[in-house]
Amino acid sequence: MSQPLIDLNHISKSYDGELILDDLNLSVKENSFVTLLGPSGCGKTTTLRIIGGFETPDKGQVIFGGEDITLLPPNKRQLNTVFQKYALFPHMSIAENIAFGLKIKGKSKSYIDDKIKYALKLVNLNGFENRSVDSLSGGQQQRIAIARAIVNEPRLLLLDEPLGALDLKLRQDMQYELIRLKNELGITFIYVTHDQEEALTMSDTIVVMNQGYIQQMGTPEQIYNEPENAFVADFIGESNIVGGTMIRDELVEIFGAKFACVDKGFGTNKPVDVVIRPEDIDLVKPEDGTLQGIVTHLIFKGVHYEMEVTTPNGYEWLVHSTDLFPVGQHVGIHVDPFDIQIMNKPESEDEEAVGVNE
Amino acid sequence: MNRKKNQLLAFPYIFWMAGFTIIPLLMMLYYGLTNREGAFTLENILAIGSPEHLKALVLSLILAAVSTLICLLLAYPLALILRNRHIGQGSFIVFIFILPMWMNFLLRTMAWQTLLEKNGVINALLSFLHLPPLSIINTPAAIILGMVYNFLPFMVLPIYNVLAKIDDNLINAARDLGADSFQTLTKVLIPLSVPGVISGITMVFVPALTTFVISNLLGGSKILLIGNVIEQEFTKGSNWNLGAGLSIVLMIFILLSMTLIAKYDKNGEGTAF
Repeated sequence: MSQPLIDLNHISKSYDGELILDDLNLSVKENSFVTLLGPSGCGKTTTLRIIGGFETPDKGQVIFGGEDITLLPPNKRQLNTVFQKYALFPHMSIAENIAFGLKIKGKSKSYIDDKIKYALKLVNLNGFENRSVDSLSGGQQQRIAIARAIVNEPRLLLLDEPLGALDLKLRQDMQYELIRLKNELGITFIYVTHDQEEALTMSDTIVVMNQGYIQQMGTPEQIYNEPENAFVADFIGESNIVGGTMIRDELVEIFGAKFACVDKGFGTNKPVDVVIRPEDIDLVKPEDGTLQGIVTHLIFKGVHYEMEVTTPNGYEWLVHSTDLFPVGQHVGIHVDPFDIQIMNKPESEDEEAVGVNE
Repeated sequence: MNRKKNQLLAFPYIFWMAGFTIIPLLMMLYYGLTNREGAFTLENILAIGSPEHLKALVLSLILAAVSTLICLLLAYPLALILRNRHIGQGSFIVFIFILPMWMNFLLRTMAWQTLLEKNGVINALLSFLHLPPLSIINTPAAIILGMVYNFLPFMVLPIYNVLAKIDDNLINAARDLGADSFQTLTKVLIPLSVPGVISGITMVFVPALTTFVISNLLGGSKILLIGNVIEQEFTKGSNWNLGAGLSIVLMIFILLSMTLIAKYDKNGEGTAF
């Protein structure tokens, strides 16, 4: 169950002199749902293409099931890819698309027919065998692309922003669909996206990438609640990231006010970055708050109100609350100790992007 | 208002089509179906059955088909190679390929005449190297060479255009699903490039079938293609009726071959009409 299925060891790749991946190490366990998350150009798609065999790394090794497959062409790898824009063959029917891989492997006609039926049922598109690709909606094409990949019984399925072209509602439905498929099939998924909500919803493990480095790797809860650096905190969800001073263990000073926190081991009087999620800020009466400010902005977001509270030093705190505080009202800011996340300040540009290998 | 404006804009084109397509076609039909006295006859059409005309037509069909096939065999691999280049590089090579097309067609063909002549450039070079001389001028081979040389770009461009538009991810998907390079070619690239191939065949086969300039210059006076026969009826023979009749027969042959080809083109893209 928890054997590493695929290991990327010291992978480097550059295009036209530009470094895309720098000494990347990643280990993916069998039967997990791993999401590579990051902004465009962070190297996540290149990583996926290296695993798929469409790119050869300049340096490093790809180990799959204990074997070095770094130089193996894609058609010899026991994995399949679901491409960003589905990449269905337009000159074939749906059944022919799904049968493509099986025909090449020389499977019998009855085996192939059974598989097509099974796969269409799995993606809820019974009876679509003879439809043409053009007659399908984006969501349906996406399901067929998944069906076409999984009939080959890969040990690993690579998904390259498969939901990127779908509208919001369909995207949410497909997220649940993918989780269900993964659980039914017991295949390892590696999923690439720039959508943090998608990553949080579906994954067992999220790998946050930026500028060719892994910034943080962990469960969705760890990534969200305990971001290791400002990039991760900023990329995953909305957050207030402010400079502070760690006075001693469990006490941090922000804008001259002292906040109790739960973090230890940062030393004394050490400058740090502090992350506070907007939903973790409690607005209270001015005299009850650790910091005081004035509400300067208010938007109704449906589930909650989004407010900006400006403190005397000019910083605008982003606050999410179901209680309404009108613009101009003086409020106090209170944060529970366990809602304050302390991070080391990056000492240089380089360190900000340094890989975190677990 | 808008509709009137559109009609006004369409007028020059209607005039063009009527003046330069429909009226000449009707005139051809008129000449082809009448004799010198203006009486209706099928003689000019049936004249294709005479041995000399039939021989010219069959030879024309064979030479055009062979030239088209050679163009296809040369053009497809080239178009594939161009597709796999980086975009900038590919279009530069395409540019080099169509560069000769900017020179006059007659000049290019006459250049081949000079090259292939008994005492021409190629034979001079061969004798300098103490190799036996080539004597392909005034043979069908010379005509085919001329056709392939002149018409090859018309085969390369449509095929390249179609191939260049095929999404890389389709090829990646085929590879991902287990196809090797050859299977990817036969199962994905070739089927998807059929419209370009058909377009290329049309653009090579039709001019090759009707040409008389290439056969005049490279085939000498001995080899008569159907184009030469028609040209002579109009110029030397002054028999417009027979020339028009044979032209109609040729048009029918072109229509037939295009229909045949179009049958294989399910999507109906890329054909000449």
